[in-house]
Amino acid sequence: MNIPFKSAALAVLLCLPAACSPGKEEDVSKPAVGLVFDVGGRGDKSFNDSAYAGIERAQKDLAVQVDYIEPGEGADKESALRQLASGRHGLVFGTGFLFTDDINTVAADFPDKKFACIDYALDPSKKIPDNVLAIKFREEEGSFLVGAIAALTTKTDVIGFVGGMDIPLIHKFEAGYRAGAQHINPKCRVLIGYAGVTGEAFKNPAKGKELALSQAGKGADVIFHASGSTGLGVFEAARDKKIYAIGVDSDQYFEAPGRILTSMIKKVDISVYKIIEDFLEGKFQGGLKEFGLADDGVGYVYDDHNKDIISPQTIKKVEELKKLIIAGKIKVPNK
Amino acid sequence: MADKHFRFFLIQIGAVLLSILAAFAVGAALMLLIKVNPLEVYWKLFEGVLLNPYGIAQTIFKATPLIMTGLAIALGFKAGIFNIGAEGQMIVGGFFCAYAGFSLHGLPPALHIVICAAAAFAGGLAWAAIPAVLRVKTGAHEVITTIMMNFIALALTNYFITYYFHLPETVHTQLIAPAAGLARMDSFVHAFRGSPANMAFFIALALSACVWWALWKTPYGYETRAVGLSPFAAETAGINIKKNLLFTFLLSGGLSGLAAMNFIMGYKHYFEEGFSQGSGFMGIAVALVGQNHPIGIILAAFLFGALSHGTLVINALVPKDIIQILQALVIIFVISSNLAVRKFYSAVDSTPKAGQAKVKDQDGK
Repeated sequence: MNIPFKSAALAVLLCLPAACSPGKEEDVSKPAVGLVFDVGGRGDKSFNDSAYAGIERAQKDLAVQVDYIEPGEGADKESALRQLASGRHGLVFGTGFLFTDDINTVAADFPDKKFACIDYALDPSKKIPDNVLAIKFREEEGSFLVGAIAALTTKTDVIGFVGGMDIPLIHKFEAGYRAGAQHINPKCRVLIGYAGVTGEAFKNPAKGKELALSQAGKGADVIFHASGSTGLGVFEAARDKKIYAIGVDSDQYFEAPGRILTSMIKKVDISVYKIIEDFLEGKFQGGLKEFGLADDGVGYVYDDHNKDIISPQTIKKVEELKKLIIAGKIKVPNK
Repeated sequence: MADKHFRFFLIQIGAVLLSILAAFAVGAALMLLIKVNPLEVYWKLFEGVLLNPYGIAQTIFKATPLIMTGLAIALGFKAGIFNIGAEGQMIVGGFFCAYAGFSLHGLPPALHIVICAAAAFAGGLAWAAIPAVLRVKTGAHEVITTIMMNFIALALTNYFITYYFHLPETVHTQLIAPAAGLARMDSFVHAFRGSPANMAFFIALALSACVWWALWKTPYGYETRAVGLSPFAAETAGINIKKNLLFTFLLSGGLSGLAAMNFIMGYKHYFEEGFSQGSGFMGIAVALVGQNHPIGIILAAFLFGALSHGTLVINALVPKDIIQILQALVIIFVISSNLAVRKFYSAVDSTPKAGQAKVKDQDGK
C-alpha cells in the first residue's frame, strides 16, 4: 500500500510553494516587447529564425525585454497576440502574412498598444489601423539583383523561377527577377512555375523538384526559388542536373554547397531591430513601412562560399545596378 | 453499495490530482535542467489560466472540441471500437459544416445553425462509414483503417481548398453566412472579452448528457456495453453485434464531426487547414483519462484545455516543447495511476463479482 508514501510526496510538494514564494522577477524597469512566431516557429532556418535574430540583438544592444510565443495552428495566433498585448508589452509583433486578420482584431481591442505585422497582407478596401505597422519588403529589388546575377551567369540564356503559393507576395519576387534578368539580357528567357495556391505550396519539396527538373529540361541552368521548404526540392534538382539554384530569405548556401549561386535575403532581423529601436525612442508610427535596398532590408549574398562561381565583373555590374535602384534611376516592377 | 462507489470515486479523484502533481514535479526537474525557475513558470501558468477570466474563457474554448471528440472516442470504446479516426472525421465534418455555411444564404439563424450542425455530423458520419463497414463486413481492424482515413481526409480537404474553395491570398474558405454563426460568450459575459469561447460549449455539455443517457438508460446503451464487454456473450444473448457496432461507429464519427462547430461556427467562420489542432487525437487521451464517462470526459477536457492554453501563457518563459512534455507526462501519470487504483480497489473489494465487472467495464476494450 503506497498511500502513505504518496501522502508524504504530496505534503512535500504542497510545502514547496510556501517555502519559496513564487519568483516574479520580471525586470519592470525595462520596457517590454513581444513577438509571436509563425506556425513554422523557431528553427525554420529562414523567416522565423531571422526574426528571432532580430529580437536577440535588440535584447543585447537595447534596454528592452523581449518575450516571444510559438503558437500552434488555428486559434492560437490571436490568443498569443492577446496574451502579450494584455501584459506589459507595449509593442507586439506578428510574424507572417497569416497574422493580418488577427492583428487587426487584437489591435482594435488594445488601442493603446502598438502592433507590427511582418509581410502584412494589404487589403485596398480596409485601412490599416492606427496602432498597426504593416511591414513590407521590396523583395522585387533584391530579386532584380539576383535576376541580373542569373542572367550574367547563365550559359544557355534560359533561367527559371519556382514560386511557392501563387499570390501577389510571391509575384513580387518573380517580377523583380524577370526584370533584372532582362535588364542585362533582353533575350534571356525566364521560365516560371508555381507549386500551388495554398500554404501547402510552401512545404512541398517533391513539387519543387518536379518544377525545377522540367525547367532544367527546357535548358534553364540557373533557378531562383521563393517557395519556403518547397525550395529544398529545387536544390535537389540543381544537384542532380549540375545547375545552379538561388536561395531565398536567408543565406541557403549550406542546403546544397557548391550549387547555390547566391541567395536573395530578406533581412527580417534588421527590420525587427529597427522597429524596436524606433519604438523605444518613441518614434513608432502606424501605417505602411517598406524595407528595400536603401534601408538594407533586402540584398544578395556574396561571400567566401560563392566568390569562385560569381565573377568579379558580375558583382561590379550588380553593385552598379544596386546604386541605380537606390537612386531611383531604375524602377523595379512588383507585379 | 453507494458508499463504496463514492469511496472509489474519491480515491480516483485523489489519484488523478496526485498524478498531475507528480507530472508537474517531473516537469519541474526538466525546467531546472534548462535553468528555468519552475515555480515562476507554474505560478504564471496558474495565474494566466485560472486567475483571469480570459484564461478561463480560453480553457472553455479549448475544452469544447475535446469534450466532443472525447465522447466520440469513449462511445466507440464502450462497444470495443478504437476509433483513432476522430481527427479525420472532425476535418471532414468541418468541411461539410463550412460548405453548408457559405453556400446557403438568407435562412433564419436557428434553421441555418441546425443545418450546419447536421452537415458537420453527416460529414463525420460519412467519413466513419468506410472503416465501419470494413470492420463489420471484412473484420479489417479500425485502428489501421481509421488512422489511414485521417491522412486521406487531410489531403482531400486540402485539395478542395486549394483548387476550388480558397479565397485569394488566404488559405481558408470564404466566410459562412452570419446566420450560421454561434453566439460568443463575450457578447453577454463581458469579462470573457476577446476569447472566442462560444455556444458550442453548451452543445458539448448537452451531448455529454445525451451520451450518458444513451449508454446507461436505453436498451441501445445496454447492448453497446454488452458488445464491448464480451461480443460472444452479447451475441449469445441475442444482440445483433454487427448492427450495434455499425451504428455505434457511425454515431462516434458524427460526434467527432460536431467537434468542428466550435472553430467554424463559433470562432473564425471559415474552414482552414489545421483548424482541428489535433483535437481528434487529444480526444483519445481525454476519453482514457476521463475513463469513458461523460463527467470524467468533461473534467479531462478541461484539464487538457487548460494545459493547451497554458502552453501560450508560459511559452514566453520556456520552450513550447517543455509544455508538450508536461502534457504527455500528465497523460502517462493519470492513466497509470488509474490502472493502479483499480487494481488496488478490486483487490480489496469484498464482492469480487461487482469489482470484476467494474474493471472490465472501465477497460472498455
